[in-house]
Amino acid sequence: MAINIYIDPDKCVGCKLCLGACPYGAIVVEEGKARFTEACVLCGACVSSCKFGAIIWEQPKKEEVDTSQYQGVWVIAETHDGRLAEVTLELLGEGRKLADTLDEPLSLLLLGNGVEPLASVAGHYGADRVYLVEDEVLAHYRTAPFTDVAVGLINKYKPSIVLIGATSMGRDLGPRIAARIGAGLTADCTGLEIDPQERLLRQTRPAFGGNIMATILCRHARPQMATVRPKVMKKLDPDPGRQVEIVREQVSLNEKTIVTKIVEIVREEGDEQVNLQDAEIIVSGGRGLRAAENFALIRELADVLGAAVGASRATVDAGWIPAYHQVGQTGKTVQPKLYIACGISGAVQHLAGMSSSDCIVAINSDPNAPIFDVATYGIVGDLFEVVPALTKALKREFGQQ
Amino acid sequence: MHFIVCIKQVPDTTEVRIDPATNTLVREGVPSIINPFDENAIEAALQLREKHGGKVTVITMGPPQAEQALREALAMGADEAILISDRAFAGSDTLATSYTLARAINKIGDYDLVLCGKQAFDGDTAQVGPGLAEHLGIPQVTYAIDAQIVDGRLRVKRLLESYFEVVETPLPALITCVKQMNEPRHAGLRGVMKARKAQIPTWTAQDIEADVERCGLTGSPTNVIRVFPPQRHRAGEKLEGDVEQVVQTLISKLREAKVL
Amino acid sequence: MDFAFTEEQQEIFAAVKEFCDDVLKPRAREVDEAGEYPWDNVRQLGELDLMGIAIPEQYGGLGLGVLEWAVVGELLSAACTTTGAVYGAHMLAEYPILQFGTEEQKQKYLRPLATGEKIGAFGLTEPSAGSDAGNVQTRADRDGDEYILNGSKIFITNGGDAEIYVIIANVDPARGTRGLTAFILEKGMPGFEFGKNEEKMAYKSLSNRELIFNDCRVPAENILYKEKGGFRVAMETLAVGRIGMAIGAVGLAQAAYDAAVEYAMTRVQFGRHISEFQAIQFKLADMATDIECARLLSYQAAWRKDAGLDFEKQAAMAKVFASEACSRVCDQAVQIHGGYGYTKEYPVERYFREAKLFEIVEGTSEIQRLVIANRLLKEAKAK
Ligand SMILES: Cc1cc2nc3c(=O)[nH]c(=O)nc-3n(C[C@H](O)[C@H](O)[C@H](O)COP(=O)(O)OP(=O)(O)OC[C@H]3O[C@@H](n4cnc5c(N)ncnc54)[C@H](O)[C@@H]3O)c2cc1C
Ligand SMILES: Cc1cc2nc3c(=O)[nH]c(=O)nc-3n(C[C@H](O)[C@H](O)[C@H](O)COP(=O)(O)OP(=O)(O)OC[C@H]3O[C@@H](n4cnc5c(N)ncnc54)[C@H](O)[C@@H]3O)c2cc1C
Repeated sequence: MAINIYIDPDKCVGCKLCLGACPYGAIVVEEGKARFTEACVLCGACVSSCKFGAIIWEQPKKEEVDTSQYQGVWVIAETHDGRLAEVTLELLGEGRKLADTLDEPLSLLLLGNGVEPLASVAGHYGADRVYLVEDEVLAHYRTAPFTDVAVGLINKYKPSIVLIGATSMGRDLGPRIAARIGAGLTADCTGLEIDPQERLLRQTRPAFGGNIMATILCRHARPQMATVRPKVMKKLDPDPGRQVEIVREQVSLNEKTIVTKIVEIVREEGDEQVNLQDAEIIVSGGRGLRAAENFALIRELADVLGAAVGASRATVDAGWIPAYHQVGQTGKTVQPKLYIACGISGAVQHLAGMSSSDCIVAINSDPNAPIFDVATYGIVGDLFEVVPALTKALKREFGQQ
Repeated sequence: MHFIVCIKQVPDTTEVRIDPATNTLVREGVPSIINPFDENAIEAALQLREKHGGKVTVITMGPPQAEQALREALAMGADEAILISDRAFAGSDTLATSYTLARAINKIGDYDLVLCGKQAFDGDTAQVGPGLAEHLGIPQVTYAIDAQIVDGRLRVKRLLESYFEVVETPLPALITCVKQMNEPRHAGLRGVMKARKAQIPTWTAQDIEADVERCGLTGSPTNVIRVFPPQRHRAGEKLEGDVEQVVQTLISKLREAKVL
Repeated sequence: MDFAFTEEQQEIFAAVKEFCDDVLKPRAREVDEAGEYPWDNVRQLGELDLMGIAIPEQYGGLGLGVLEWAVVGELLSAACTTTGAVYGAHMLAEYPILQFGTEEQKQKYLRPLATGEKIGAFGLTEPSAGSDAGNVQTRADRDGDEYILNGSKIFITNGGDAEIYVIIANVDPARGTRGLTAFILEKGMPGFEFGKNEEKMAYKSLSNRELIFNDCRVPAENILYKEKGGFRVAMETLAVGRIGMAIGAVGLAQAAYDAAVEYAMTRVQFGRHISEFQAIQFKLADMATDIECARLLSYQAAWRKDAGLDFEKQAAMAKVFASEACSRVCDQAVQIHGGYGYTKEYPVERYFREAKLFEIVEGTSEIQRLVIANRLLKEAKAK
């Protein structure tokens, strides 16, 4: 049984509900029964639209997948405010390496509205080809239309690898696509490489809250899909001379058939709007601060350095600082040039979020704190003395220049 | 209204170790808990039930001892619990898990909202919720920090990286719940005592008419081929001396390394 | 003989422990300092069905025994001694109604107490009737179908916040203890007022108010047990209350011990953890032994009560031993913390202040010894 979709004529009542659900206009109703036309790409978008269970969607069993049909590395783009997200650029960098090893092309799947200019940017960052789908319906990410379009194109072009950022978008979209096409999906990867003999994607990811690492293979199913954690892979230096092939795909999407509506976008006010993941320097506070008000020490040091303020889970749980400052397994993964950890013991969950920072300074009064195992420079001392002294010295230092 | 909550029993992660000799997980002696995000999902379901009436059913796919997690959920106030357990489900990845849960939910039949946790503490993938919604053919709303039913439609506030998004979708639907959504209640003693005595049915692959080819290891495209402890960075330099001196040394080191 | 809890008991205690760790313990210091009755905690005790553990199900309780009530009290006291005290004093209203009340009284007063909807209090002590409980001056004079109460009570835990009170008054002062009579009063009855709230060395947020009766009319049907039966009501209530006090002291001592062990294992002096010094080890050993004895005595008294055996002597023994052990343990816990133990940085200074109460309330240590000796001599004579 290969991947297959058909209509059970006994159940179909010819109600035409599925027509609106098909992004490819590939269903017609003749003599009171629906039928798929050649245009069907097996995206499965129609299945749930049928209230009578008349659309039968059969997924392939793994031994029946002919893996040799699948070629090429794909990255699914994430865009924000008309720009490619950092993680997409990082994935292009990593995808380039994988594609070169396999000697296959690297493509970006770019969905949106008015996003065409980004295609050439993708080229600068390593893409050979961009599959471009533009539609008003795709202006904002929503699960259903993105899944339908992506599944259609994956079925049409059969990439062997599909990478998505492990962001709130990627982790919403990835599993939906994977479930529809019966592919394996490795979550939140921090390492990718090609197994030279089998030409398989070896995907490495943390699990159990960062306590262990697991390497995962998808031997039989295709494509091999992975979501990849932001700030782990390196983007390439852009090469403005690199050309990219643009393949524009036509879909007919209809807002009326999309049941989920975005009602409102709410942004928080105030100076707390730090984007930790973009910060070059982060000063973080932990339980050693003892009280909410002592975050003032951290903020003061951060101000002098032009740094963002981070926090350990303990301080967030204690309500000393809002959750979006949290660094670690359940918070944000960061990779700044300089990470200063003050009064943070360094539980694995925290280390999972910051240990790949370029330079780590740890200030802690407990000489046995695990944070010292990852610190480039460790200061065993009372943070209530060290941090103000450092702030003062830096003020002097910067003042002199 | 019928609310179905999917819960997973997980080890308390901070205590998980790897046996260096065999390179496998040491789960022995590690306490098992309800996945913390799933407690938020239970709480959300209980609150919705309190507002709109109806019942809350909790389900889990897991080994027989996962029944304990269901009893804890009953103690919190869930009305019914079902254990989905069969040797055939062993080794399920998220695809097989979401397929199996979907079969069970289809057997339950009537429901309005399925609630999952954002992600499980052990597998940590956050993939079962969306996978399950796909298999059920219903809309999903992930990262819910607030969920209300207004005029028969679901209205959800989503917690995204740097902003909130409010979406509306018809029922039935599936949501995944984040920690900030609510403060899960503690089980009352009456609940604990009642839950102890509750009959919890076990559904096998046959009961839910699951295709065993799509369950367990056989139905799982991903294979974990190796687990290993995370790499520890080698320890760096300790700076010692009086505070002023240490701070000066640090600044000059950071300058040398060009991070300042 | 069996010292193990059943599986059901273990699950119940585990659920309570989780609540204590998650909710009560993190707020204990705040509660100590706030000076406001800990309504939020108290409300949750009701929501979690902790307010009627030993009350039969037909009166809205859980239908368990005094033992379960006691172990839960131990856990509460360890996490937040103030909340534990509210829980203990609540039982002093529930127990006499359960034991001596009519069916109507139980339905009307016991049920809302058992569900936690209303809080209870027990008023015996007066300015001139402390240890000498027989010297109660509050008078109750019959007037038709009513009694008119005049006088006052002091130190009454939950006073002012509770809605249901068991009050000991005297209908015949000339006859001393033989004139004592127990009444059920409700907050809001005309002539029932509240006076000053004591300022205390600890338990700032616990209310210990004066109750004032100013021609307070109480229907005769609110007499508990019978006219002139109040001494028995009071003594039996205090006997159960002593189990509560004993176990509360055990809980507090356990908290102090746990803090001391943790500190001893992390504090470094002379290049090693202070737990490596034998002087500290001996302290810990004595503390743990004290706690173990106190706990076993308390459990035994509760078990005897549930088994229908005479338990008053054991309850008094448990109370005097546990309260004094608790003071010793809390004292040593501060000592092990050194100077830090004297600061608000660590909880042991609070434990130290809280411990003393157990040696005083519901019969001072001296009175417990009198009770015990009284029993011993009676038993000896009977032989
Ligand atoms: C080290 C390791 C790494 C793994 N990596 C992957 C991987 O990359 N990709 C992959 O597909 N599988 C992976 N797995 C397998 C995965 O852990 C299991 O499939 C698991 O059954 C569900 O995934 P999860 O724990 O990540 O749950 P998540 O998807 O994170 O759980 C989200 C929510 O789904 C619900 N849910 C999850 N499991 C159950 C259940 N059994 N019963 C009821 N409700 C449930 C809960 O509401 C939960 O909060 C891995 C397993 C291990 C041990
Ligand atoms: C925080 C707190 C809460 C309380 N809650 C309540 C409550 O809810 N309800 C209530 O009714 N009461 C309550 N009390 C009162 C408490 O029970 C009494 O304080 C206690 O019984 C002691 O009485 P007293 O204070 O009058 O001391 P006294 O009786 O005056 O005792 C003073 C000293 O003399 C000793 N002494 C007295 N008589 C003898 C004797 N015969 N032989 C040897 N020594 C003797 C005592 O042991 C003590 O050392 C509370 C008190 C406090 C501090």
